Amino acid sequence: MRAWFKTGTPWIWLNAGAIALCLVMVIGVLSLIAVQGGSHFWPADLQTVQLKKAEGEPQTLLAELVRTEEVSAVVLRESGLTLDSKAEYLQRHLLKVGNRDIYGRDFAWYLADDLSGWTVDNNATVIERREWGNFYGFPQQLLEADKVVAEGAAVWPELVKRIARANAIFEQISDIEKGDIGRINKGLEQLRLNERRLEIDGADKAAIEAYRAQSAADRAALDAEYAELQKQLEQLYAEAKRDTLVATSAEGKELKISLGNIVHAHQPNAMSLLDKSVHYVGAVWSFLTEDPREANTEGGIFPAIFGTITMVILMSIIVTPFGVLAAIYLREYAKDGPLLRIIRISVYNLAGVPSIVYGVFGLGFFVYILGGNIDQLFYAESLPSPTFGTPGLFWASLTLALLTLPVVIVSTEEGLSRIPSTIRMGSLALGATKSETLWKVVVPLATPAMMTGLILSIARAAGEVAPLMLVGVVKLAPTLPVDGNFPFVHLDQKIMHLGFHVYDVGFQSPNVEASRPLLYATALVLVLLIVVLNMAAIHLRNKLREKYRSESD
Amino acid sequence: MQPNQASSTTAAQSDIRSLLPSGERRARLRRWRSLKDKMSRYGIAFAGISVVLAFATIFVYLFSEVGPIFSSASTEQQQSYQSPEKEPLFANLERYGEVGLVANKNGELQFFNAQTGVVNQKLQLALPEGASISSFSRGEPRSGIIAFGLSNGQVLVAKHEYNLSYPNDKRQIVPVVTYPLGEAPLQLDAKQQAILSLAVQEGPSGTAITAFTADGRLSYNLFEAKTEFLTGETTLERSEYQLPDAPKTVLKMLVDTTLQNLFVADTQGNIHYYDIRDPASARYVEAISAAKSGQTVTALEFLVGSVSLIAGSSDGALSQWFLVRDEHNNFHLKHIRDFEQHPAAIVQIEPEYSRKGFMAIDAKGFVGIHYGTSARTLMLEPLGDELQPARIAISPINQSFLAFDKNGSIVHFALDNAHPDVSWKAMWNEVWYEGRGEKDYIWQASSGSDEFEAKMSLVPLALGTLKAALFAMLFATPLAVMSALYTAYFMTPALRGKVKPTIEIMAALPTVILGFLAGLWLAPFIENYLSAIFAILLLLPPLMIVAAYLWRFMPAAVRNKLGLGWEVAILIPVIVLFIWLCVSLSPAVDAMFFNGSLRQWFTDNGITYDQRNALVVGIAMGFAVIPNIFSIAEDAVFNVPRHLTQGSLALGATPWQTMLGVVLPTASPGIFAAVMVGFGRAVGETMIVLMATGNSPVVNFNLFEGMRTLSANIAVELPETAVGSTHFRVLFLAALVLFVFTFMFNTLAEVIRQRLRQRFSNL
Repeated sequence: MRAWFKTGTPWIWLNAGAIALCLVMVIGVLSLIAVQGGSHFWPADLQTVQLKKAEGEPQTLLAELVRTEEVSAVVLRESGLTLDSKAEYLQRHLLKVGNRDIYGRDFAWYLADDLSGWTVDNNATVIERREWGNFYGFPQQLLEADKVVAEGAAVWPELVKRIARANAIFEQISDIEKGDIGRINKGLEQLRLNERRLEIDGADKAAIEAYRAQSAADRAALDAEYAELQKQLEQLYAEAKRDTLVATSAEGKELKISLGNIVHAHQPNAMSLLDKSVHYVGAVWSFLTEDPREANTEGGIFPAIFGTITMVILMSIIVTPFGVLAAIYLREYAKDGPLLRIIRISVYNLAGVPSIVYGVFGLGFFVYILGGNIDQLFYAESLPSPTFGTPGLFWASLTLALLTLPVVIVSTEEGLSRIPSTIRMGSLALGATKSETLWKVVVPLATPAMMTGLILSIARAAGEVAPLMLVGVVKLAPTLPVDGNFPFVHLDQKIMHLGFHVYDVGFQSPNVEASRPLLYATALVLVLLIVVLNMAAIHLRNKLREKYRSESD
Repeated sequence: MQPNQASSTTAAQSDIRSLLPSGERRARLRRWRSLKDKMSRYGIAFAGISVVLAFATIFVYLFSEVGPIFSSASTEQQQSYQSPEKEPLFANLERYGEVGLVANKNGELQFFNAQTGVVNQKLQLALPEGASISSFSRGEPRSGIIAFGLSNGQVLVAKHEYNLSYPNDKRQIVPVVTYPLGEAPLQLDAKQQAILSLAVQEGPSGTAITAFTADGRLSYNLFEAKTEFLTGETTLERSEYQLPDAPKTVLKMLVDTTLQNLFVADTQGNIHYYDIRDPASARYVEAISAAKSGQTVTALEFLVGSVSLIAGSSDGALSQWFLVRDEHNNFHLKHIRDFEQHPAAIVQIEPEYSRKGFMAIDAKGFVGIHYGTSARTLMLEPLGDELQPARIAISPINQSFLAFDKNGSIVHFALDNAHPDVSWKAMWNEVWYEGRGEKDYIWQASSGSDEFEAKMSLVPLALGTLKAALFAMLFATPLAVMSALYTAYFMTPALRGKVKPTIEIMAALPTVILGFLAGLWLAPFIENYLSAIFAILLLLPPLMIVAAYLWRFMPAAVRNKLGLGWEVAILIPVIVLFIWLCVSLSPAVDAMFFNGSLRQWFTDNGITYDQRNALVVGIAMGFAVIPNIFSIAEDAVFNVPRHLTQGSLALGATPWQTMLGVVLPTASPGIFAAVMVGFGRAVGETMIVLMATGNSPVVNFNLFEGMRTLSANIAVELPETAVGSTHFRVLFLAALVLFVFTFMFNTLAEVIRQRLRQRFSNL
């Protein structure tokens, strides 16, 4: 035994244990996110269960079993529960009972001992609503303008059909509200700003009057168009609300739900595996492509994905040329010496400077100083409401570009330094100028390294949140930063961001339990995005190394 | 270049036109190429230098934002004109420095243009026949309430305001005087004794007037306005109380805005404190000497909020005092701090309206600008060679003040004193804040009201940052360094090729995800399975050794198949099993030893336990830091020249002996650099601490309490701060501290690594 210790084998094993633990943690974290985030969309069965009450009749619940845990009786007593049993440990279930409008809360903990008679009813229906969260219950009748059109077993197929119709109308409504009305509002605002611009530029009274007369006509046209759309909208809203579903909750309470308020309905208990898979794919798709609802706790995350991607693309456009050129300068042109060494070390170290510092710089310098001055010069007409003098897409991208510049520089420099000097010499010996050697020989060879740097910087930018909280990311942006109105990409607009979405929903939301599955799903999307990007970078880098190893041999 | 084909042809074909471009074209091409070469050179140089400059800008800009908080105050003389009143009893300046007010001994109030001195409005108070003004008092400056005590025992209370309006987008200021207790003087003293000293104050229960009469009585009068419910008529209800133990002489009396405490300065240098919470049973508490022996108090004034007293004495000393609660819950007037001494007796103290600063003038004409909380003296000098200010009036936004010269002129000064409220010393030392029992480190910067004393001590934040980083490093360093040693030196290349990318993925995980998991999953998990966590942390290392020992008894065939370098693959299932075991046994252990819940047990034994605490942060941030340390340390170990280790092994050392004796000493600078980089990362990490701690700025190193770090503090507070305010700049200072700190750490690490690389290449 002592001899065994003397060989040092146990310590080697201890070291092995460290890396094993690290691997367990990484894989654990990734699988936790994957399981929690991925399982949310799978339609869970609705259980009918009897809740024993201290007095009176047992209550019937229709609920999704979210999770089960063991709790110490001490903790339960401490939280004010009176317990009958003497057991040290009790099992309790977290049930999603839905029907927030009836029960006031949609999640509730129940002791396992208080629940009995678990059954599964095939008619149990999940109705996803635009307000008040999910409804769990049993459809009874379908009304069209107060006339019963279907009853009993006929309700379900009719309901599916009519929900599709109501949703189609809703799409039209949202097209009008977001597209046309947005355009009209922009037009009206533009007219006001033009007039203000004239005043600021000191145009004479006559010119302003002339413009007013001219703009009055435009305004009237827009107003008329608006009134027309408004009428159209009212009609559509009435159409969407034509049908009403009458359903009963588990305890038999009757509820009328307008079909205009229903996003989706399904009967999970009656679904086959194939149905469930189809539902799963559909749910994932709508999560990725829809807008959030109910203060971000329900619905999709499309604006956040879109915002993240737009910001990252803009950032890449800024960071690539500057990062690559700076790296080429440092490696190929700058005079070697102590100054260059200091600069190089500094640039490398900027990658380790906390990201929040960049955020502070972005807010102070970009937003308040640069943005404030841009507003004074070019957007004076809309002051005092700031255009660029407030956090927004462009400043977020610029701040992240600064943040990720060192990553691109380091990576590109590494790529340049790996290119064998023989290749360079060869080109120069054939009479090529330095720039020709650079652009036609060296840079193409180093492209994979640049790509690696860019991908790594994109991955970093996509996951960075702290600086963005200061320079342009908000919890809910009313419109996307890219739309059909001139100039199409709105650099001054605030955006939503996946990472910030996770922070905001997880820590500022009133209903954490309801948003938890969506949080995991959002986290999963973000992690997938970043893992894929990093894998690509690693792959590229490895390929590059192989290539030069063989070429320099 | 075009290949020169023509030269290779035979002489017979020489009449064929040469494909070589003509000399002129070649020259042009050469010029064009050299131009392109130059353009490329300058373009690249421009981009490169501008990137370097952009980085430098960060540094310069952060400094430029922080700089102003350490600068002192400056004044600039603006206009000078003849005063409407030679010996003012009271003077006041309106917020924009446009209108001034003087009151004189005859009961005249004059509003004048503060730029020209032209009197706009003149008011004569209704003084009764034969009575003269014998005393004057000013309430809380922001309330604008003033009172005149008369020689016949009457009192007249007035209130002045400035009404702002913007007709035609131009600012118009209209001064208004109202009489809250009636336009006619009130008979305060029934014995008609002259009122020698007076203190007026508006409080929550009404207007209080304290009077000291010529025959040495001290009375306290409370006027409450009561509105009749039915008629809507307002009547003034007066209650009068005689206070005990009146001092012999009175220099100045002050009642705070809560109408609970009365302070009376006598002419001997004492401050008498009366507890008037219940005026009917008012209590004389104590007398405190507020001046050095042989000196007297010459001026006494409240700072805004009427908690702190500033006493000026005849030797020019200025000191701050306020009530401090002792262990028996009794209040005593305590000396808090001194300010830089003036060269002569203090004549007047003029408190600022919106923060805890004040101006003071002395008999020699020195003007001092001081600040309470930070104990700073921002200016202490005469205003000019000829100017002998007898009185000053500061504008409520601290941007200008009027100096009333002894010879009857007024000089209007612009004042630049934007950030008196912090000093380097106050940010890093204990400060005695108003209402606190003792000096303390507190961060509480945002406020709802002007009376709030901003507490901007960076110590809780810096300590919180260190605490978070320390626990993270405690978790991460052993794991990361040991992992690096193993991966670089013992692991089979096949496995290494899989492990390294996995760790790189770990590095790329967004911290917001880790923070979210830490806050919403790990924190409740640890709370529920606290005993399991401790078991895992303590028992996992011995378990690994036990596993290693047991592995020896495996059949040789199995052992040889999974040879050296595959220990990891064996240990992973062991670890997973053990963790699962700990978690599932945890309830039973809790029930057996800790009455059912370890967390509850902690609370019962007086250990504070927050759900989001340093343990959670340590694990989560440790997780984030591990890959940073790992990759640098692994690099350092891997690059130890092979011939060194092979030599050692050839001499008969075991692999572990080689590791300890050769690899570790050679690579140790690299490992040290790795740990430093990890520490730098942990210090600046924002999202994890933001989400996994309670963000309460506590000053302790308790594992089960949260903390607030510099970075999380910036993220929380910066979006809601007024641009350019002191708070804003202090947050920039926090960012600068983070920047400089991490930059230095990383630079040091980088220098060490470069040295190491050089050493390896020489070996």
